[in-house]
Amino acid sequence: MTKRSRWLYRFVVFALLAVIAASGEAKTFRWANDGDPTTMDPHARSDGFVTSFDMNIYEPLIRRDRNLKLEPGLATEWTNINPTTWRIKLRQGVTFHDGTPLTVEDVIFSIQRARDAGADVTSQLAPVKEVKKVDDSTIDFITAGPVPILPNYLVAAAIMSKAWCEAHNTTSAATHEGIENYATRNANGTGPFILKDRQPTVRTTLVKNPNWWGLKDQPIDIDEVVFSRVENAATRVSALLSGDLDMVYNVPPQDIERIRDTQGMKIWQTPELRTIFLGVDQSRDELLESNVKGKNPFKDKRIRQAFYQAIDEDAIKAKVMRGFAHPTGLMVGPGVNGYDSALDKRFAYDPVAAKKLLADAGYPDGFQVGFDCPNDRYVNDEAICQAVVAMLARIGIKANLLAQTKAKYFGKINAPKFETSFYLLGWTPGPIDAFNMLQNLAATRTDTDGIYNNGGYSNPHLDELIKKIQVELDSEKRNEMISEALSIVKDDFVYVPLHQQMVVWASRSNVELAPMGTNDFQWRYVALR
Amino acid sequence: MLAYIIQRLLQSVLVMLVVAFIAFALFNFVGDPINNMVGQDTTLADRAKLRQELGLNDSFVVQVARFIGHAAQGDFGLSYQQARPVGQIILEKMPATLELSLLAAFLALALGVPMGIYTAINRHSWVSQAMLAISLIGVSLPTFLIGILLILIFAVTLGWLPSFGRGTVVHIGWWTTGFLTADGWRAIILPAITLSLFQLTLIMRLVRAEMIEVLRADYIKFARARGLTSRAVNFGHALKNTLVPVITITGLQLGSIIAFAVITETVFQWPGMGLMFIQAVTFADIPVMAAYLVLVGFFFVLINLVVDLLYYVVDPRLRIAREAAAGG
Repeated sequence: MTKRSRWLYRFVVFALLAVIAASGEAKTFRWANDGDPTTMDPHARSDGFVTSFDMNIYEPLIRRDRNLKLEPGLATEWTNINPTTWRIKLRQGVTFHDGTPLTVEDVIFSIQRARDAGADVTSQLAPVKEVKKVDDSTIDFITAGPVPILPNYLVAAAIMSKAWCEAHNTTSAATHEGIENYATRNANGTGPFILKDRQPTVRTTLVKNPNWWGLKDQPIDIDEVVFSRVENAATRVSALLSGDLDMVYNVPPQDIERIRDTQGMKIWQTPELRTIFLGVDQSRDELLESNVKGKNPFKDKRIRQAFYQAIDEDAIKAKVMRGFAHPTGLMVGPGVNGYDSALDKRFAYDPVAAKKLLADAGYPDGFQVGFDCPNDRYVNDEAICQAVVAMLARIGIKANLLAQTKAKYFGKINAPKFETSFYLLGWTPGPIDAFNMLQNLAATRTDTDGIYNNGGYSNPHLDELIKKIQVELDSEKRNEMISEALSIVKDDFVYVPLHQQMVVWASRSNVELAPMGTNDFQWRYVALR
Repeated sequence: MLAYIIQRLLQSVLVMLVVAFIAFALFNFVGDPINNMVGQDTTLADRAKLRQELGLNDSFVVQVARFIGHAAQGDFGLSYQQARPVGQIILEKMPATLELSLLAAFLALALGVPMGIYTAINRHSWVSQAMLAISLIGVSLPTFLIGILLILIFAVTLGWLPSFGRGTVVHIGWWTTGFLTADGWRAIILPAITLSLFQLTLIMRLVRAEMIEVLRADYIKFARARGLTSRAVNFGHALKNTLVPVITITGLQLGSIIAFAVITETVFQWPGMGLMFIQAVTFADIPVMAAYLVLVGFFFVLINLVVDLLYYVVDPRLRIAREAAAGG
């Protein structure tokens, strides 16, 4: 080998190694879901999937880690300096994707934007009265009354750049007369991923933010994220099995076993915070859809208990949910603040006792009632309802099932119409605190409370307790009151809780993921081995 | 001729108005979009305000009138789902659907017509019998099942072709095409076959039936008696006379390929108008549904017009009749 050819040889080897190293470095993570993150504007929609997606680009002051614990995001610490003031320290040295530094003004602007008309995260920030700058790294959140779970609420509020929003005329999340909001398809956050290309409903490409503040504590393994929308469940699973995707987010229950049994594939699961339950109209004097006239049988607690005990949740778990459910005796699941495992025992499945309760209440032959159910909202929702119909038939109740698409279903059973006698619903407490469930589902209906109390349950003693929970800052005392409230809801048979469904993700086996009970997907935890 | 075309185009305006009316009458039954647009914690007051802003509280007639008024100025409103102008969304989705439909129609014609001719001429050969047997599959299996089967075989088992999407596309002005990349061609194969299979078998059976009918006719017998080559008989006389019904059906089928690519697009996550429509239906995205239905109405009118014009090219009798009428 001549000297020159040796040099040439070395050069070629070096070049090849460089190519291999470079190609080995650029790790692209491809995944799909049946829905699309309809907007990149983090304030415009408070939809679980959209928010979860956008929060990889934008960040809140306080975020949740993979175990749902609150942890510092753009704020480094938060304290209650007096009952109505939360003081927050802003992280220093953070820049937006366009290079501008994060300031206190950006935070004040973003909170205002998130509370303005057109934004859909307003309700979480409703208790905030004023946001005040103390100095360049300190902000005070002043609230109307004491708000013990303000940090939980702040998780929903993404911080945007004031200068960027002003430059692009998007200081409000509202869409004006036929003109698209700039932030719908463009983004400038502080988060671990930068939006590179957005083709709505088709493909969204993002790259790792090399300047992310969190990199020093948490290196991110992937360099690029490609999200595709694949609606058809069979196609989504096929794309995973054929290697076109690394991960699918919503896995059809009937395919879980098949994927798990396939070489090179992996199933991830964790109990979801959403509780699936049944509710009945207990406020009208006559049911809308029933053959019982002139009275409402559900006002009698014995009837509600009979419905509860007639339902075999273990069978629903085994047969309908194929094991992917956590039967629950409570309206909040493990992981939600206020969950009390001592109370989480279901009343026994006992059709004989149920039949006797019906007879005692004056309905030995049962009665007919309309039953509303969604067919595209929760995992196997319609199948659960069909099982319930069959179980109720055993105690003489004839439930006439009306299963329909969510756009129709929610319009019928939810406020302001509440046109239902008997329905199935699911609820995730947004701030991951039982108070949210109590306020929305168990409190007497008012303008602000009982919004999803579709059965119209009303109990002044419980209302009083919920009001106290709302403002109690001592977390131990507060949790005691929550337990008391939960047991009232349970013992009064306000609802028939069924189960928490499972978050189920599927991936190739070289992928590391962190499934969360909120079904949030944080890509900073993704690794490709 | 020009007057005729203009007259037909004016008719299309009427068709589209009727479609818009019917569409809006149906939208009362698709459900409430508000629940899809806001989160569970949104207050009732905010929901009511949004409903008012979108004009959903107005009567059916007012909503149609407003839609038509704006549409006449080329403004189809904002999509509820994407908060973007509907016109822009449709323009983005149209190339995908048109490319897929045209390729499918081309496949159906390029394979269906020769297969029809072959099976008509060689009625008893085993190849014909096999083609007819296989064509039964195309007629009887539902499209989504064919699509899933193709994905299972060519994407999952063999790993040759992608299972979803359109691959890499190239932008030419507002048009996007997948025909300029290898990736794009690989992606279009399965959906195009799926979409064309039913049409292919339909055309094949139609051509075969028509051709057998014509081959029995007296003038064919005379042509043979005159000693013309079977090539001239079969293609010069027989085929030409089978084409009028074939063109009618093909034209109508092209309309339905475009309009009802919905299922194929859903199975293959093909980012076209059909998929857009399904997405809009599940979301109760009224502006998108309305604009799409009106557009499809227009496509049908346009295709029918082209079909009518093609008759003149194929059938000299029509030309003569018209010229005679014009002359007389």
